[in-house]
Amino acid sequence: MTRSSWPLYEVFVRGKRGLNHVHVGSLHAPDDEMALRNARDLYTRRNEGVSIWVVKAEAITASSPDEKDPFFAPSGDKVYRHPTFYAIPEDVPHL
Amino acid sequence: MDNAYDGLTDAGEEKHWAFGTGFTAALAGVGRDIPAVDRDSLTAYCLMLGDDALVYSQRLAEWCSRAPELEEDVALANIALDLLGQARLLLSRAAEVEDAGRDEDALAYLRDERQFRNVRLVELDCGPGPGGDFGTTIARLLVFSTWRLAVFQRLVGSADPVLAAVAAKGVKELAYHRDHAAQWVLRLAGGTEYSRERIVAGLDKVWAFTEELFATHPIEAELDGVAVDPAAARAEFDQVIDTVLSAAGLERPRTTQVAALAGQAGRDGIHTEAMGYLLAELQHIARSMPGAVW
Repeated sequence: MTRSSWPLYEVFVRGKRGLNHVHVGSLHAPDDEMALRNARDLYTRRNEGVSIWVVKAEAITASSPDEKDPFFAPSGDKVYRHPTFYAIPEDVPHL
Repeated sequence: MDNAYDGLTDAGEEKHWAFGTGFTAALAGVGRDIPAVDRDSLTAYCLMLGDDALVYSQRLAEWCSRAPELEEDVALANIALDLLGQARLLLSRAAEVEDAGRDEDALAYLRDERQFRNVRLVELDCGPGPGGDFGTTIARLLVFSTWRLAVFQRLVGSADPVLAAVAAKGVKELAYHRDHAAQWVLRLAGGTEYSRERIVAGLDKVWAFTEELFATHPIEAELDGVAVDPAAARAEFDQVIDTVLSAAGLERPRTTQVAALAGQAGRDGIHTEAMGYLLAELQHIARSMPGAVW
């Protein structure tokens, strides 16, 4: 089996209780189970994670740079969608 | 009033790192009492377990940058580093019990071949050198980690608090090493005709050194309650190996065992030809430039 035949996986790691899984990188693996183990070896060596998701890169549908304007520009002038008119307590982390 | 959000951050975490905080020292809070047994015997026992890890770690490190895949390269290096960590704790304990002014470095770098007490399985060249390949390497990892895990699970109850703590830490590491090896045995056996041939040949080669793993050494017998009699780990080893081999559709190897020499083997400092070359590479910098640091 050559490297080029191993599918590409995207790796998501959740660092702490209460946080979201965050995309940390990608890797190659022969199958899902080995992808999870490779992710453990490559991306949680320094105590980074309490949970890992892996997904085949081909299973991800991504937005296209060509659609940037219709997708994202319309929200640029709608500041009222942010809760900036509320006071946020000092001791609330990760908001 | 309690802060409802306190649970989201770990106590003492370094807040400038988004990931990778909350490290703890390997043996934090573990007592250093030395049990009332013969000191020379306890030193020798710590060296046995420590040398297994040190020498095998050196062998695994030889794969660094040479594994078939980048991901596997890191996986094997991680396993080597886990074992090096175990070796450091065990050699430090040996030095502490011996109380003769030597430290872990002196024990690792300044002993000669006959003073190393590792089983011969760990010193074999199983690749990337001419003695093997990735299949042989995975075969040894399966045999070694299955054996050591079964021994460490029993060592958790040792009367030596340091050995018990090293075992408790090692059990989690070894469980992963064993899983990694088992996953690869399944894939090599179920892959191509060639990959199956390689894992079968690898198992055949390393199997010749399995009997030695379960031979009770006089020191292990003497240190009842402190040391683990490896013979007690045999049943579990057999069961795990049979489960993995049967899932992979492989037969248990029937290789002739490499006998001990006049009753003596690795635990007594009697090693194979490969050991001298391994130690030369491991020790030559420390010996040619004593006290060097960088």
